[in-house]
Amino acid sequence: MKDSIHTLAPQLQRIDSEPYYQSIADEVTLFEAAAARCLPVLLKGPTGCGKTRFVEHMAWRLKRPLVTVACHDDLTTADLVGRYLIVGNETVWVDGPLTAAVRAGAICYLDELVEARKDTIVVIHPLADARRVLAVDKRGEMVAAPASFMLVVSYNPGYQSVLKEIKPSTRQRFVALDFDYPEAAVEAGIVAREGGVDTEMAKRLVKLGELTRNLKGAGLDEGASTRLLIHAAQLIAAGIAPAAACTAAVARALCDDADMTDTLDDLVRAVF
Amino acid sequence: MTSSGQFSSSSARRLFAAELESQLNAILFASPSHRSAAGIAAELEALPRSQQEKLLAWAATAAQTDAEIGHLMVTLAPLAFARFDAAGFDAWALAGLDAYDHDGAEAAKVLLGDLESFGTRFDGGKSFVRFADIEPRLSRFLQGLSGRPLSLGISSKTGAWTDSETIFLPPQLEGFADTAAGKEKYQVLAVMLWAQTFFGTFGSANIDLAAALQPWTETPEQQRAVDWLAALEAVRLEARISLDLPGLGRRIAAVRGQWPTSLENWVQRLERPAATLADSLAALTECMSGNLAAPQLPHAVLLDPAAALKIRAARMERDQVVLKRAINALKGSSGRSGQRDPNMVPLAAVGAEAAPGALDESAILPPEAQAAALSLQQDLGELPPEFQVPAGTGAWRPTRQDATGECSTSSNEPDRRYDEWDYRRKAYRRGWCHLFEADVPAGAAGYVEDVRQRYAALIRQLRRRFELLRGEDRLLGRQPEGDEIDVDAMVDALADRRSGAEPSTRVFRRRIRNQRSLAAMFMVDMSGSTKGWVNDAEREALVMLCESLESLGDAYAIYGFSGWTRTRCDIYRVKRFDERYDQDVCARIAGIEAKDYTRMGVAIRHLTQLLLHQPARHRLLVTLSDGRPDDYGDEYRGHYGVEDTRRALQEAREQGVRSYCITIDRHGADYLGHMYGAARYTVLDDVKKLPLKITDIYRRLAS
Repeated sequence: MKDSIHTLAPQLQRIDSEPYYQSIADEVTLFEAAAARCLPVLLKGPTGCGKTRFVEHMAWRLKRPLVTVACHDDLTTADLVGRYLIVGNETVWVDGPLTAAVRAGAICYLDELVEARKDTIVVIHPLADARRVLAVDKRGEMVAAPASFMLVVSYNPGYQSVLKEIKPSTRQRFVALDFDYPEAAVEAGIVAREGGVDTEMAKRLVKLGELTRNLKGAGLDEGASTRLLIHAAQLIAAGIAPAAACTAAVARALCDDADMTDTLDDLVRAVF
Repeated sequence: MTSSGQFSSSSARRLFAAELESQLNAILFASPSHRSAAGIAAELEALPRSQQEKLLAWAATAAQTDAEIGHLMVTLAPLAFARFDAAGFDAWALAGLDAYDHDGAEAAKVLLGDLESFGTRFDGGKSFVRFADIEPRLSRFLQGLSGRPLSLGISSKTGAWTDSETIFLPPQLEGFADTAAGKEKYQVLAVMLWAQTFFGTFGSANIDLAAALQPWTETPEQQRAVDWLAALEAVRLEARISLDLPGLGRRIAAVRGQWPTSLENWVQRLERPAATLADSLAALTECMSGNLAAPQLPHAVLLDPAAALKIRAARMERDQVVLKRAINALKGSSGRSGQRDPNMVPLAAVGAEAAPGALDESAILPPEAQAAALSLQQDLGELPPEFQVPAGTGAWRPTRQDATGECSTSSNEPDRRYDEWDYRRKAYRRGWCHLFEADVPAGAAGYVEDVRQRYAALIRQLRRRFELLRGEDRLLGRQPEGDEIDVDAMVDALADRRSGAEPSTRVFRRRIRNQRSLAAMFMVDMSGSTKGWVNDAEREALVMLCESLESLGDAYAIYGFSGWTRTRCDIYRVKRFDERYDQDVCARIAGIEAKDYTRMGVAIRHLTQLLLHQPARHRLLVTLSDGRPDDYGDEYRGHYGVEDTRRALQEAREQGVRSYCITIDRHGADYLGHMYGAARYTVLDDVKKLPLKITDIYRRLAS
């Protein structure tokens, strides 16, 4: 029985080489302090601003394995905690990613936590306060988290839907770190490095990003993220003309609305 | 209205004067009048049939708006046909009607009357571009560039200019090889004006434009000085734009062409990245010492320092109040004292998220204050410390809130304006309908209780039926995947295996949740024709509906609509989405009464907007009505109203709102299919059935 747990348990990701992450403010020290004190961390910020990369970087820095779960609206408690499967004539318990992370003392990163069902979110509560235990009801087991276990969740406060809000009882268990797109010079550095373009081109891409972010709320739900700008840069590095790369990677990726696409094209033409 | 079918006989024969006269009389002098179209008809007799018909169609369209305009169009038609081709005539007529919508009858008469100047602008096939064609796209473009709302307006001067809040552009630009070139020119003009506000043409914290222009103020040289400054700034701003936005810079240069020789001396000096308004002003002093006239640039924009400075001062004061209150609130919440570093804080770092340096680094300003800080930064280049001293407590934008608070009670300024579709022009009339929103005054207190008692048995039945629809968890057995093992299925599978049969792999149980995610908006006809039975039935129907929907748990809202002409379209709140079905709502249901007319398009547009704010996956707009769209005056009744309503419903559909109509108009089938779509309406033959039917219909729609 014990063996099957290990054979069927989800793989833990071990990060051996340093993932590139450009620190913006004091988030690295804050995260390290939270990790040292066994505090769970909530990362807030728009899509594509580097939350996931930050967690990977921190996992590498702290030399802990990482378990990432992308939350979706059908994510059940069993998907996180584990379930019985049937092997031959027997039922076999399989740990879910959260249980596996607790047992291994890993960092468990629940990406876009608000997307998960409300009843699922509740299972992290006892893990995210002083108790630090995970109740595995079906096995009647309480798994105590070792000191190296750390819970990290992220969410994007930009979604205006009232359905996508974290309840106070959940959010008040976390140390919250605010993420946003870095300031222009820093962002240009990131785009240049990750996208493989020169600084001049990176600056222009960042300028375009800035212009699209000005349209947030005026027809766009979100401006271009750093990730989109990096995509555009990578296309440019692959030999695509800058305007065409931005149209494909930024303008078309941001929205489907024909009028808005025209405006974004205008902005692309303004920058290049 | 005279049906347009009358004109479209396929006969190629010219209409005789008598025929024209009778048609024109019907179009232009619908009410008894001492005038007659006899004289004009004689002149029109000579025109070919196609032109006669075009004219009659336009005259009918125009007469719906204003009979005088229609009359003028007919009078000028022979000249206009002599001057323009068919497309030109259409453009001339449409421009006249646009001018009427925008600036009133006088402007329309001037525009229509001045055939020659319209002609030179339109000039055969040469393209011209109208402001209305480029406005939406240009406005979004500028929002992208500046991040602060700059409105666009039509310039009443002879050129484009800005007061630093609104960019005024000419109503149309003409003389281009194609429309793309015209649009390009519009964009360049708008960008030059945006640059004036963005790159400090109207001064900054340490340059006072008014003082700098003082030597020439109130002198004959004033205009020359302002023109020179505009030209010098054009050089500086273009260079500044090119720095950040090289693509745009290239396009400005293309429109501009060669710099005039009189400017060449300055180009190098003002093109330096570090050049500011101060450099332009220094150059201005030198230019003014000579007596050369200011050069004319192809993309010249006017400069109106007085207007801009006035607006700018007002805006800065407002932004300052907002920012101070935000800072005040932050300081209050963090318990800090008002003591601070008196140094000027450069705002370059303020950006969108960091607070001004006087605050805790981690403090985040609310979005309004960020916007105000950004706006101030654009005006001043930096944020002076006095702006960061907290002011009194209160709302973020006291001036605006006070203003709207006043307005909501007076009925002068509409709450919203909506476009209306004119099928004859095949174009929208911009901001045509003035919409006012108000609560329905409370009606008799015991009314709803009374209805509840009368229909007690039915309501009980409805509630039970609707409860069945409620989205509840279901446990599905024998699933291939699931959270738990289905023991029954497992036992079967094991038994199968023992007996040598192939065991099923469907041995899990899965919990699924049927979440209803539906928001329903009920739009209730409160027109005069609903008086009596219909009104009673509507109110009873709403009570049934509320009782049923309460047990279903869907988000729903109820609004009434009525009105009197396009300048008073009323929407009456009965129940908002976020309101509970309580005493107040009951009192308002009781208070629903027959009012005036039914201008449906604007009501649909407004309620669609409200519906779109609901976070539901499905949105439903249900109209309760007793007849076709209608409004005071003969315009909205008939085809126009039907087409506008159809258009409004189409817009709603494009935005993901499904619509449905319940009507008691027995002739409803004649037009409802056209407006709502074949299966999207129900005609009730007896109004008394409405309370019984409405819940059935809703159940069918929503399950």
